[in-house]
Amino acid sequence: MEILFALIVGALYAGAVFCLLRRHLVKLIIGLVLLSHGANLLIFVSAGLSRNPPPLIAAGKLIPETAVADPLPQALILTAIVISFAVLAFALILCHRTYQSAKTDDIDELRTTEL
Amino acid sequence: MNLLLILPIGLPLLFGVLLLLVWRHPFLQRSLAVLSAALQLGVGVLLLIQVSRHGIHAVQLGNWPAPFGITLVADLLSSIMVMMGALIGFVMTIYSLYSMDSERAAFGYYPILSFLLMGVSGSFLTGDLFNLYVWFEVMLMSSFILLALGGDRAQMEGAIKYVTLNLFASGLFLAAIGILYGKMGTLNMADLAMKLQTIEDPRMMTTIAMLFLVAFGIKAAIFPLFFWLPASYHTPPIAVTAIYAGLLTKVGVYALIRVFTLIFTQEPEFTHQILLVLGGFTMVTGVLGAAAHYEVRRLLAFHIVSQIGYMVMGLALYTPLAVGAAVFYMAHNMLAKTNLFLISGVMYRLRGHYDLKKLGGFYKTYPVLAILFMISAMGLAGVPPLSGFFGKLALVLAALRAESYGIVVVALFTGLLTLFSMVKIWTEAFWKEAPTADASPDEALPPLVGAERRSLMIPIFMLASLTVLMGVFAGALLDLALRTGEQLMNPAEYIHAVLGEGGP
Repeated sequence: MEILFALIVGALYAGAVFCLLRRHLVKLIIGLVLLSHGANLLIFVSAGLSRNPPPLIAAGKLIPETAVADPLPQALILTAIVISFAVLAFALILCHRTYQSAKTDDIDELRTTEL
Repeated sequence: MNLLLILPIGLPLLFGVLLLLVWRHPFLQRSLAVLSAALQLGVGVLLLIQVSRHGIHAVQLGNWPAPFGITLVADLLSSIMVMMGALIGFVMTIYSLYSMDSERAAFGYYPILSFLLMGVSGSFLTGDLFNLYVWFEVMLMSSFILLALGGDRAQMEGAIKYVTLNLFASGLFLAAIGILYGKMGTLNMADLAMKLQTIEDPRMMTTIAMLFLVAFGIKAAIFPLFFWLPASYHTPPIAVTAIYAGLLTKVGVYALIRVFTLIFTQEPEFTHQILLVLGGFTMVTGVLGAAAHYEVRRLLAFHIVSQIGYMVMGLALYTPLAVGAAVFYMAHNMLAKTNLFLISGVMYRLRGHYDLKKLGGFYKTYPVLAILFMISAMGLAGVPPLSGFFGKLALVLAALRAESYGIVVVALFTGLLTLFSMVKIWTEAFWKEAPTADASPDEALPPLVGAERRSLMIPIFMLASLTVLMGVFAGALLDLALRTGEQLMNPAEYIHAVLGEGGP
């Protein structure tokens, strides 16, 4: 199972880099989306896949009776998803405004601030 | 004392919300912004005094014991950075009062600036790697907005590059956090440092360290990851550029210093050697880029990169003196660099452009400005008795003691070229006669008088006098920096402060 997930993460990263290297503004955003998905899935996999039950402690007990799944990676991923959602929404608006003011979506033509 | 750790984050949050509420009252908003920045500075100074007297202090948020909860830690490095950040925030708020156009102010410049300062303080104070990621994002989000606020085409183009590369760096940072958590099962920095002391196979850690190096390297703008900086930093209004120059790249350097003194210390002969080489290249490429430019803001933007190299060099040498010198240099650089941007902002205000070839004659018409520029520029270049000299002296001394002679040559050569490009600005903008074609825009712009003059000149005067004072009291301040370096090189104190009796 880990191998399958590792391949998916790899594919997401490869796709992200491919899209980031394209010249189109929208593909840039898609690349960033894929990148954040890849990172989230990577946290999920590297923290360990398990079939253990959720970490709920029965009433009156102080520790769970059986081995439980680690809730922390999921909390991390949830936080990261929320952050990437906000940031990508901003990036999308930014691209739209850039397109409006520069009248082009070709990144190679957005070079007037360099050199 | 607990409150002192929370206030640098809580105050800007509270005032940021208040500033949003008084959106429609520009005068009230500005007054509150100044009040907030002044309080923040006061808190920063108090925090540094407390930490330097009583040692490292940690707060467990929500009373969850470390390493399970989120920890805020103030050691000397954190509290120095919090104080410097608050100082830059304070002078920039005053400077913005008149230099920021009312349109940008009306679209939330002051609240966003407040949130930016919150993110910066949070990054400095947190003791948890994932929390550091979250604070980075808070800071980045605010900086994206500040960079794009106004919506000029140049700003948009700069913002695209800035946003893309910073998000890419965040993605790498997140991936590195995930792998590190999978390997170690904790993200509390002190807990990590303790568990990593007994790790059997350090090679995996070195791989993860390289991911962190790239992620923080992009944010700190080190070679060869700095190209977004000269392409974007000169596009927003000068007040925003000055804040970025003073604060944001330094947060990246802070993160590098933190993880490479506390967590990734397994194979310093490999990781810190890479840092040393990168630091050397950062210095040279940055200063060569600066030598080639005639637009003041671009020239100074390349200098930011070059100066980052010195700080990375101090970290890479990895001795108490060197790391302390890097911290001293960082504090000095925040003063001098920000001030140079502020002065170029005044030049723009008086003449209407930033091109050195069209500027001139400032020494004749504005001698005070010329002297203030000279102080900051010579401070940056490292001329005694100003602050930069002592920073460079300590760095070079540390490198000589570590017998890294190559980096000494690079550092001194870079210092020479820095002096060259500072003298270039001096001769072009201040010394030579103003080109005759320039006379007309000079008359078109209203003269700099009254409250506007005070709002622009007081911050410059403050920063320039602090540069001088940092040189005058260099002995005491270098002692503090040395203590910081020793504290960073002996993580036991940090671990003990966070984990209490459970630590070593």
